[in-house]
Amino acid sequence: MSKETPAATGSVGIVSPRLQRFDEPLELACGRVLPAWELIYETYGTLNRERSNAVLICHALSGNHHAAGFHSSTDRKPGWWDNCIGPGKPIDTRRFFVVALNNLGGCAGSTGPRSVDPATGRIRGPEFPQVRVRDWVATQRRLADVLGIGCWAAVIGGSLGGMQAMRWAIDHPERVRHCLVIAAAMRLSAQNLAFNEIARKAIMADPQFHDGWFLEHGTLPRQGLAIARMIGHVTYLSDELMGDKFGRELRSGSFASGGEAEAEFQVQSYLRYQGDQFADNFDANTYLLMTRALDYFDLARDHGDDPVAAFRQARCRFLVMAFSSDWRFAPQRSREIVDALVGARREVAYVEIEANEGHDAFLLPITRYHDALRRYLERVVPAASSTRGADAP
Amino acid sequence: MRLDLPIIRDWIRPGAHVLDLGCGDGSLLAELAAERAVSGYGLEIDPIRISLCLERGVNVIEQDLDRGLGNFGDASFDTVIMTQTLQAVRFPHLVLDEMLRIGRECIITFPNFGNWRCRLHLAGFGRMPVSRFMPYTWYDTPNIHFCTVFDFEALCRAKNIHIINRVVVDTQSRVTLATRALPNLFGATAIFRVTR
Repeated sequence: MSKETPAATGSVGIVSPRLQRFDEPLELACGRVLPAWELIYETYGTLNRERSNAVLICHALSGNHHAAGFHSSTDRKPGWWDNCIGPGKPIDTRRFFVVALNNLGGCAGSTGPRSVDPATGRIRGPEFPQVRVRDWVATQRRLADVLGIGCWAAVIGGSLGGMQAMRWAIDHPERVRHCLVIAAAMRLSAQNLAFNEIARKAIMADPQFHDGWFLEHGTLPRQGLAIARMIGHVTYLSDELMGDKFGRELRSGSFASGGEAEAEFQVQSYLRYQGDQFADNFDANTYLLMTRALDYFDLARDHGDDPVAAFRQARCRFLVMAFSSDWRFAPQRSREIVDALVGARREVAYVEIEANEGHDAFLLPITRYHDALRRYLERVVPAASSTRGADAP
Repeated sequence: MRLDLPIIRDWIRPGAHVLDLGCGDGSLLAELAAERAVSGYGLEIDPIRISLCLERGVNVIEQDLDRGLGNFGDASFDTVIMTQTLQAVRFPHLVLDEMLRIGRECIITFPNFGNWRCRLHLAGFGRMPVSRFMPYTWYDTPNIHFCTVFDFEALCRAKNIHIINRVVVDTQSRVTLATRALPNLFGATAIFRVTR
């Protein structure tokens, strides 16, 4: 008898990103105009005939378009949200047509600080304009137009991605049916702003940063980027989890008397590894840009600082989720979102997941978290309507 | 269908904005939405019941009643409902105050501890009552503030709460001659509609 892989562990398999070029000029919130720009994206599943089963995944600070599956048969690491997207998974690709992109200003293939400015022939580097969450939503809307998606069945995002999802609901109420906001906030707290500033200062203080022109100097501000990531990583985990995972275990050295060798804790080596990995793979200018976009976001700013007034613009249903040990985007921040939605009499469900993984929990396959997502999403599009595919866009 | 639905339904005007405290699996809200086109939310803390609400498409909000209801505005709901939950909260009188602040009207149902079965258990057997309707033993029960129909009415008098309706039903959710004549002795469940 053949053993079938359970549906719940299904993978979307091997996927290839696509590049979409836009030749209409894009006016950014900062006032600058990008005459032409590109977005890299991936899709999983099939768009149904009614084009009613499309789901947009908005990525967080260091995310990209590769949310699920593998890029080749030798690829060892799947996309960043592979545990949640795929056949039989909470964001079920047998049911949904899933779109994931790299945001403008990113460093994974969309136009950003690493791309060449055709006007000068020079890498844009620090001259790439500061983009805001609303600019991302505006570009995502253009991508939806190209893909023939008039209305998203759901826009889903965690952390900074949740901010994009909320922005979608408010800026394009007629184009979102469900908004899933996970471990997010309507704006950052002073403590959050402070952590981002420390991270940016670490990058800018690196002698290899060269005011952002490091690529022209043939170098990378590895140290600064690694420190920025280490700071970020500490804030993404909880004290409890770090205690469980590393405690005070030593990786090398000892405290025995008579020894001068420096003792190294496991947590040090873990952080160094995380920092180094990131420094090799992420662009420092993008990091500055993304953290600033995070800092600048304030959902209610255009609505007299009244989040209730802001959410009155929305028409979709909301699912808001938070994790108990998340102190970077604490459950209280999510409750504020819910209170504003209740004040605006919008449809909202709120689930607070008991988890000790901190902010990182939103990326992990925590049973209750995935179960809640699955149950909510099963109502978004009935399974039957996704059986027939639409013409390719 | 829930047994208390026909009574509660008649006390809610169509299209009302409703808050259900301790909404359980969301069946009451779902039925009220279907039959009375109500909008609103349910509060619940049990993960399994919250899952069932999500499955039904009920607007469930994970919130502990014992941590207060300060996040809801004054008179922001037409009706605030609390079924079979009053006896499980830490400060029932304070929850009642909050319900009356948030809603124009409140509907409260609770098990009547003055029911003859409870009295028999306590007076006859000298034991705390355990029945199909109160299936817990005294040490593990979530029901920490049992009261009788008369107790609740006394609280309403003390707080100047106006009782609009009172229906007391037996274990089959029926109003009988006995529950009408001696509600505190024969009633299993009390259903009150109150306002300030």
